[in-house]
Amino acid sequence: MARLSDTSARLRERLESLECHAFETEPMVGGPPLKQRRIAIISTAGLLKRDDRPFVLGEAGYRLLPGDLNHNEILMGHVSTNFDRSGFQQDLNVVFPIDRLRELAADGRIGSVADFHYSFMGATDPAQMAPMVEHLAPLLQSDRVDAVILAPV
Amino acid sequence: MGGLAHYLEEAGIATTQISLCRLHTEQMRPPRALWVPFEFGRPFGPPNNAAFQTRVLMSALQLLTFDVGPVLTDFPEDEPATLGEQMGWACPINISRPHRTLTGGAAIAAALTEEIAQFTPWYDLAVKSRGRTTVGVSGLDLPEIATLFGAMFDDPLPSSPVPTLALADVIRLAAEDLKAYYIEAASAQPGEAGSRQLSEWFWRATRAADTLKRMKERCLNSNDESLKIVGAVLLVPYAQAG
Repeated sequence: MARLSDTSARLRERLESLECHAFETEPMVGGPPLKQRRIAIISTAGLLKRDDRPFVLGEAGYRLLPGDLNHNEILMGHVSTNFDRSGFQQDLNVVFPIDRLRELAADGRIGSVADFHYSFMGATDPAQMAPMVEHLAPLLQSDRVDAVILAPV
Repeated sequence: MGGLAHYLEEAGIATTQISLCRLHTEQMRPPRALWVPFEFGRPFGPPNNAAFQTRVLMSALQLLTFDVGPVLTDFPEDEPATLGEQMGWACPINISRPHRTLTGGAAIAAALTEEIAQFTPWYDLAVKSRGRTTVGVSGLDLPEIATLFGAMFDDPLPSSPVPTLALADVIRLAAEDLKAYYIEAASAQPGEAGSRQLSEWFWRATRAADTLKRMKERCLNSNDESLKIVGAVLLVPYAQAG
């Protein structure tokens, strides 16, 4: 369904004409086997806690999502209207697969699940995210995270 | 998403990602990506299908074994059709047809409030069965949203009811709360409606959707630049904007 041919003509035109940021380098970090990895989720669905300040138009900041949050505490504040929210409304794991990640850790297929996860609002200029990641990377490292699953929406 | 991957890898943290738009991923060349053929908004597939979601997640995580790339692979499965998509689905609540003849904020708010009340039992059931609701991002309750949306049709425009947010941000967030309320209620009804069925029903049959379409016009005709942006692209999806 996310094949461009399945989207509305106007959305398809917008996506096809969007100029993507090009990078001069392609860094790629290795690491231990998956069974030993500690994994965090970073979503760009504009997820936030119920008592968080909502994302506002053009904001490049992130919100912190503790891994033990009750599902009812997680809301979505993304600006776009052009994606399905009914899946998220019925099951958080459609967008933020925290239960699936915990099951993989319990089964020994991954090492462990990070204590903290994060969310940005998508449709943000990547250059604006660079300083945010500079702030975020030490937080991930202090949580002993050595791999991140990035989840768009 | 590709930008986040790049900056995190530069900082020494390995990444793997879901790709919903293969074209953009091909252009941005993140180190590891799994393209999935699912609808936008559903990066890990269908709701309430743990086995399927786990297959997606594991397929993405297994890309971490690559340390030379970029690697872009395709997930081989489509989302299974819901019962409603196989058998057809119709909302069993017979709501009043939307009409554009109402004028004045009080009348529009009253009509919206009346329609909202018709869905309360199904919304309450949804919250009880799921143990959660995604309504609440605006900080307003449903009666307050109906009042605010009605006031959008009066002159002058109302001030923001949330002191820390501009009116444009509150309108956008309240619109999402209103839609979430209806879709959560409708998806709790029998028949397991699919995402497109829920969306088509909401935008075709409800007074709430009619109100949002009229607010789009109102925002576009306002003198507030932020409201103009909200009206242009952030209230009604492209597929429903005509």
